[in-house]
Amino acid sequence: MSRTSPVPLVRLENVHHIYAGSRPVEALRGVSLALWPGEHVAVIGPNGSGKSTLARHLNALLLPTAGDVWVKAWNTKDPRHLQDVRATVGMVFQHPDAQIVATVVEEDVAFGPENLGLPRDELRRRVDWALDVVGMSAFRRRPPHWLSGGQKQRVALAGAIAMRPELLVLDEATALLDPIGRRDVLNAVMRLNRREGMAVVTITHFMEEAALADRVVVMCAGEVVLDGPPHRVFGHAERLRAWGLDLPPVTQLAHRLHALGFPIPPNIVTVEALVEAICRLQVAQGREQHTQKHS
Amino acid sequence: MDTRELVIEVRDLVYTHLRDTPFAVQALKGVDMEVWRGEAVAVLGPTGSGKSTLVQHLNGLLRPQHGRVRVLDYDLSDPNVDVRALRRRVGLVFQFPEAQLFERYVGDDVAFGPRQLGLSREEVRARVREAMEAVGLDFEGFKDRLTFTLSGGEQRRVALAGVLALRPEILILDEPLAGLDPAGRRRLIALLRRLKGERGLTLVLVSHDVDDVVLLADRCFVVADGRTVMAGTPRELFSHPPATLAEFGLRPPSIMTTMHALADRGIPVRRHCLTVDEAADELARALEGG
Ligand SMILES: Nc1ncnc2c1ncn2[C@@H]1O[C@H](COP(=O)(O)OP(=O)(O)OP(=O)(O)O)[C@@H](O)[C@H]1O
Ligand SMILES: Nc1ncnc2c1ncn2[C@@H]1O[C@H](COP(=O)(O)OP(=O)(O)OP(=O)(O)O)[C@@H](O)[C@H]1O
Ligand SMILES: [Mg+2]
Ligand SMILES: [Mg+2]
Repeated sequence: MSRTSPVPLVRLENVHHIYAGSRPVEALRGVSLALWPGEHVAVIGPNGSGKSTLARHLNALLLPTAGDVWVKAWNTKDPRHLQDVRATVGMVFQHPDAQIVATVVEEDVAFGPENLGLPRDELRRRVDWALDVVGMSAFRRRPPHWLSGGQKQRVALAGAIAMRPELLVLDEATALLDPIGRRDVLNAVMRLNRREGMAVVTITHFMEEAALADRVVVMCAGEVVLDGPPHRVFGHAERLRAWGLDLPPVTQLAHRLHALGFPIPPNIVTVEALVEAICRLQVAQGREQHTQKHS
Repeated sequence: MDTRELVIEVRDLVYTHLRDTPFAVQALKGVDMEVWRGEAVAVLGPTGSGKSTLVQHLNGLLRPQHGRVRVLDYDLSDPNVDVRALRRRVGLVFQFPEAQLFERYVGDDVAFGPRQLGLSREEVRARVREAMEAVGLDFEGFKDRLTFTLSGGEQRRVALAGVLALRPEILILDEPLAGLDPAGRRRLIALLRRLKGERGLTLVLVSHDVDDVVLLADRCFVVADGRTVMAGTPRELFSHPPATLAEFGLRPPSIMTTMHALADRGIPVRRHCLTVDEAADELARALEGG
């Protein structure tokens, strides 16, 4: 979904973050960024470039050491609005163990929405719905500590969507799912994005996954170094490689064909678009040969 | 005559977690797998199918409840088997490497294994440096960092370095590439291929990333609902129709999906191209041939 509102949902203004310690680490170096209601943004960047640090600023898990983060009209430094900020921005991390808070799956999923003070039957409905979305209804009475890696990730995700946040931040939150499971979960999240206007930020090392977003933000060494629609960002093959990133496989293939002299745009990012481009080319070539033969 | 050496043999392995409790889960219902020395084998399959449970048997973290697991010359069903000796030769990196880092400093964490081997200080240091550089962690920059302050991908690299520093004969990796950036993945794949070629390393990796499986694995085993349901080379595996693969949580690489779609549209191309290189050659031929 594209932007529909003149007011950003989250605004970062020249945000710096230095982790203190005997060797301080400057993880964010002046990040300015606006995230709009209903937007689907992917964040990519090499290991240690500051993606998770950035994510933790979006719901006040971390505060800027310089600069400001606003969620709607609330400055995340203002403790009076911490609840509002956390209800607006939901977060899921790669490592699900850190997020398990209860000894039974359904209580774990209910933990967040319970804190929103929802009535009991609404709470029940939300938990049922969230478990269903991630395909974990059959596991509701199981202890979450003893699930497989992918099952834990699904439970963590259910806990976040049960909150019905206006912005859902997924920090490599589907990295351990099987390919079909990852596709299904991402489709469910994208449906929430399109139908209900929930904004989504996905942090991922899968370039294919980033290509599904409306907008790709590239981080390197604590700075935003590229920001734009996938076909534009993945047009910068050389720069991405220099940062330790890559192109989605279909874009790599489009690049190769382009380099071999075929008139295929090198910045194609989806299977469908590449198939279309090749079919068009084939038809055009067919026509050309046809004319040659008959002239 | 077959001169290859069978280094891992799993026969009809059955395992129930939390056996004799109300939470008992039968994770393995009859798994078979064999791995030859110097081979890279990928274990694939849907969420919760028993992959982690299976590989934890291979260095004695779990013991077979039924069936048989033999690794090198260690019979894991034997209660008196020397698991410590086994673990010197078989390294395991967990699905959640954070769970594996227990020293305060990165350098100590990577050194932990080599120190257990009773190597000299210099030898330990040399191995730690080599292992860290091999996974792309600058030795001077990271050795004194606190392990719990690292980013996700940095933690995974430390866990990998710690096991590589042991120089195991068999390396078991549960989702080794999850959390690594693309350059880190390329580096690790190249490293593992080199160790395989130069040192005859045997590799068992659990992975959901079909693109990486294609680049790394000689053979694949698919485990679904606690059983081995398919085995074969990556090419054989991904030659199954997408719908069959989907039953086991698998998708062909996106390159192959592209080729399927093109063939369906009447473009004269082979469907079973697994990599960008293969597909580029095939398409160049088909499009030039017109
Ligand atoms: N608690 C902490 N204390 C000190 N340094 C930290 C802390 N957390 C992260 N860092 C450092 O800050 C930098 C940015 O880390 P961050 O976790 O934001 O990276 P990332 O882009 O999410 O990386 P990855 O892709 O590996 O998850 C890294 O160099 C990391 O080592
Ligand atoms: N410690 C445990 N106690 C009880 N049950 C467990 C435990 N670990 C795993 N299980 C259960 O055993 C089954 C197999 O789990 P396992 O972790 O082996 O799956 P997996 O194939 O590795 O899945 P994933 O791809 O999600 O990591 C699952 O149903 C899981 O819930
Ligand atoms: Mg991170
Ligand atoms: Mg697992």
